[in-house]
Amino acid sequence: MVVTTRTRRASVAEPPERPGRRGSLRRRRDSLAALGMTAPAVVLLTLFVAVPVVLAFVLGFTNARLVSPEPARFVGTENFSRLLDVDVLELPEGAQVRDYTRRGSGHPEYEGKSVLFTVDEDTVVLAGDPTFWKSLRNTFLLALVIVPVQGGLGLLLAMLVNQRLPGIRIFRTVYFMPVVTSMVVVSILWRFMYQEQGLINSMLGTLTFGAWDAVNWLGDPGTALPAIMVMSVWQGVGFHMVIWLAGLQTIPPSLYEAALMDGATAWQRFRYVTWPGLRPTLVFVLVTITLAALGLFVQIDVMTQGGPLDATTTVVYHAVRKGFREQQIGYGAAISLVFFVLVLTVSLIQRRLTRERA
Amino acid sequence: MRRPLFTRILAVAASATLIAGCGSTDRGDQTGPKTIKLWTHAAGNPEELATVLQIVNDFNASQQEYRVVHEAFPQGAYNDAVTGAAAAGRLPCVLDADGPVVPNWAWAKYLAPLGLPRSTTDKFLPSTVGKYKDTIYAIGHFDAAVGIYGRKSVLRKHGIRIPTIDTPWTLQEFDAALVKLKNEGRFDYAIDLGTGGGGEWWPYAFSPLLQSFGGDLIDRSSMTTAEGALNGPAAVKWGEWWQSLFQRRLANPSEATDRVAFLNGKAALAWDGNWGARDAIEKYGDDLVILPPPDLGTGPKIGGASWQWAITSSCEEQEGARRYLEFSLNPKYIARFSDKVGLIPATEEAAALTKSYRQGGELRVFVDFSRRFAVVRPPTPAYPVISSVFEKAAQDITNGAAVKTRLDAAVDEIDANVASNGNYGF
Repeated sequence: MVVTTRTRRASVAEPPERPGRRGSLRRRRDSLAALGMTAPAVVLLTLFVAVPVVLAFVLGFTNARLVSPEPARFVGTENFSRLLDVDVLELPEGAQVRDYTRRGSGHPEYEGKSVLFTVDEDTVVLAGDPTFWKSLRNTFLLALVIVPVQGGLGLLLAMLVNQRLPGIRIFRTVYFMPVVTSMVVVSILWRFMYQEQGLINSMLGTLTFGAWDAVNWLGDPGTALPAIMVMSVWQGVGFHMVIWLAGLQTIPPSLYEAALMDGATAWQRFRYVTWPGLRPTLVFVLVTITLAALGLFVQIDVMTQGGPLDATTTVVYHAVRKGFREQQIGYGAAISLVFFVLVLTVSLIQRRLTRERA
Repeated sequence: MRRPLFTRILAVAASATLIAGCGSTDRGDQTGPKTIKLWTHAAGNPEELATVLQIVNDFNASQQEYRVVHEAFPQGAYNDAVTGAAAAGRLPCVLDADGPVVPNWAWAKYLAPLGLPRSTTDKFLPSTVGKYKDTIYAIGHFDAAVGIYGRKSVLRKHGIRIPTIDTPWTLQEFDAALVKLKNEGRFDYAIDLGTGGGGEWWPYAFSPLLQSFGGDLIDRSSMTTAEGALNGPAAVKWGEWWQSLFQRRLANPSEATDRVAFLNGKAALAWDGNWGARDAIEKYGDDLVILPPPDLGTGPKIGGASWQWAITSSCEEQEGARRYLEFSLNPKYIARFSDKVGLIPATEEAAALTKSYRQGGELRVFVDFSRRFAVVRPPTPAYPVISSVFEKAAQDITNGAAVKTRLDAAVDEIDANVASNGNYGF
């Protein structure tokens, strides 16, 4: 980016009425330098982003395994149908689901599938990979909660620390500290805090004079996902506070002075001066939180391994589990590919929405 | 605004060097002793690595023909490194492998048959010999074992019989003891099972309980289906009992990873490996007792197989590699692994040389557990899948999933994987 700007500036500086040999030579030299400058980034991006994406696309259509004496075979859309197939099974009187799903049961359309959920006594919905659907649900739930909460809380903190008070830097540092701490470390610490005899339960116990019933936060399917959300927001909010803060400091103080002169209330100043001034920051904050929330992995891997009862598994975690732990790299690639399309769709929608507003 | 040409050239050159640097390779020199590369997972364990290094140095000093060059990896990244190297055709000559992974790598043709004489391998604990389809591919200096950690004073106080290796607790006895400890004792939980552990710990520590009930991870007679083994009546009985441990609050479904519940008196017993013995002895001294695993129906069972050494099929110096391995299996090295790292020596000869595991040593029981109760995890290339599927199923059952349905689903998942891989050569 920087290089392009510089090249353009160089050619503008060149008077147009002197387009002689010297100028084109310089331009060629400039573009050579530009190439050299971008080369490391381009090579690394190609190697670690472009190539894996292309590979994932190819692998998704094969039965490739991480470890295998057999060469990978092209299997068409088999991985995708296993991943995405959902069937409704109406059970006749007295029949068991297992009579249909077991290998060699004579119902090839149901074999190997598991129950995603039960509609009523004799109707069940089967899926080739129920954990994928649960992962998808969790991933979007995470994004749906984390994006507004983390963005909003970040803004609130930014406004709090954007005041000229003695010692305000200490607060800025404290709020930012979780961001620079390794996510693995943070996850391990929070795991301790969430235990039945952990810090959070004993704190609630003390505050309520012992009336609090200790909750095993990560062990209960009902509280595990919210617990992950709280911890993720706590860890990430400092980063977005700093981004918001940068946005706040680009708003000229003269605007506030003018608003004060006009007798604007605090709310009006926020609504008509601060908020419009933060538009560009908002787009950045929204996009980065959404991407981080959709790609949530470390917390799950360290704290819950997707449990209890798939309550916290995410799509990325599921892909890693299938692709690496179970060595089904072709299937893992298919999961990533489907996820890639979904994330792309979300980003495009977000882009469209924010662009219209701006 | 122009920068000197020199700076630009420098920038281009620097990036070019960077790229070239990524591809640079080291080549052993052609003259002198032949190089044998060796990889180990022990980078994160200084004592274990020091022992490996001592063997390498002693071997290099003992002869002129070969020179072993080691490279150490952190355990977390080790399997990926090997898989990556295999894909790139750059495996070392000698490497170590976690026991349950050996069949997988043998099937993938990473490993060559070990070719050591029976007279050598027969001396080793069966669980330290890595096999795939009756061929030996790896051999280990040591094994690990689990047992039940308890305190004599606590058991006596509650009138609970202290079991011996010949008369372990039965299911009823074990269950009654847990209930008694929970109800009458001042403990949060009767037993710390280690449910906070992740990854391989679950299949390693808990599938032997399933096997003690009479179930298994896969039908070992065919190695092609889990039907009947993982979802048969015995397995369902295991699942229901296992789930009830948590429903009756006899055990904590999400224990801390650091295993301190027993040490700080919050749990009366602990299901833990021999590596936990040092801390427990330090804490409880003579009061500590290491009990055999319970007999839940078909005899006590514990998991076997730890890290083992193997020769790769791409190794050009098979003879030298074999000579190195034979050299390394000297009892004094086996004893050193045991003394320094606390693991169970693989041979009786070596055990006699150690402080803790010789006859009468304070950890001797673990050798007997290993010899008598160890079950290796199914020697099939499907094991990585089985391990992951079992871990998830057991965790779901811990958290209240319907036992039979959950086990059926696990069976389907394993069977589908086995079928899609042409039965893994069975």
